[in-house]
Amino acid sequence: MDTDDMTLDLAQAFPDSPADLRRLHEKLAAAAQRDGILDVAYRTVDSPVGPLLLAATDAGLVRVAYASENHDTVLQALADRISPRVLSAPARLDAPARELDEYFGGRRRGFDLPLDWRLSAGFRRAVLSHLAEIGYGQTASYAAVAALAGNPKAFRAAATACATNPLPVVVPCHRVIYSDGRIGRYLGGPEAKRALLTLEGAQ
Amino acid sequence: MTGKQPFEAVVTEHGATVLRVCRAVLGPADADDAWSETFLAAMRAYPDLPDGANVEAWLVTIAHRKAIDVTRAAARRAVPVAQTPDDATAPAADSPGGGLDSLDGDLAAAVARLPAKQKQAVAYHYLAGLPYADIAAIVGGSADAVRRAAADGIATLRRAYPGVTATKNERRAQWTPMT
Repeated sequence: MDTDDMTLDLAQAFPDSPADLRRLHEKLAAAAQRDGILDVAYRTVDSPVGPLLLAATDAGLVRVAYASENHDTVLQALADRISPRVLSAPARLDAPARELDEYFGGRRRGFDLPLDWRLSAGFRRAVLSHLAEIGYGQTASYAAVAALAGNPKAFRAAATACATNPLPVVVPCHRVIYSDGRIGRYLGGPEAKRALLTLEGAQ
Repeated sequence: MTGKQPFEAVVTEHGATVLRVCRAVLGPADADDAWSETFLAAMRAYPDLPDGANVEAWLVTIAHRKAIDVTRAAARRAVPVAQTPDDATAPAADSPGGGLDSLDGDLAAAVARLPAKQKQAVAYHYLAGLPYADIAAIVGGSADAVRRAAADGIATLRRAYPGVTATKNERRAQWTPMT
């Protein structure tokens, strides 16, 4: 009998087992964390501005991404820029998920999380690192933010820094708007920016 | 420039196939350990895997080694029990396919009773969809020897279970990824 062209339906004898695979995946995430090879852990959380992807290295939260950025694209970018050892591993994101939930519920005005800034550099990073100085419910102009970062003339660069913030919501680039009141670019779209400002009670 | 996909995608695409292979080669009791060891080792080595490598063959290679480790560890702690015959032609009363229904469970049990080389050849070819040459590179020996082992294994399974579903369709290279 020629078995080359024959597929004995062994699959029936060893059936798919999604529940087992989920359990094994959880075990894998825990073991990878224990062994120090979980370079990028991620999970998604629901929010009033849509599902957010949260990713963390062992140094801290490294990326928050809106659905409009395409989470698969973001994960591929993390694999390219940080490490391909990227795994769905919710436990490492427990604290960010909790704080975001409190923030969206109006019970938190600032974030107290270790951040990994490695995805931004130079002047952009300088700009982003000053954004936490703009208080909850306040807004600042791009020029003001450029000045905070040490270069008042660089408001265009400041705008780019805000528009490419790898940690939106947590690093509050949504509080930076044009001095004439226009809302400006935002990774999550202008509706999301407006929603956050409304949540915070900014006018 | 896009490099390797996130390891999560590797688990999603190949997790089910590797679990089938581990269950076929080791039986249900030890398959979980072999799967865990395989994916942990794979994740560790993943950054160094050459771009464009055959990920499924790579995973089966690792699973093969881990299955040998698990078998040896099991042998060391084993309490001697009644031997299962190598050439059994009837399903055992208490089937290693435990919990699975009649024919499927019996077939799993029959696979479990195949000699190691045949079991590996059948699992890696028919469950993982690897060509005989790739399997020979994993288990040693020639592609022809692997082909014969697979044919012998299938013949044994057919003798034991003539009613078993045998379809003349495309050799499966991939399984539907889990969602």
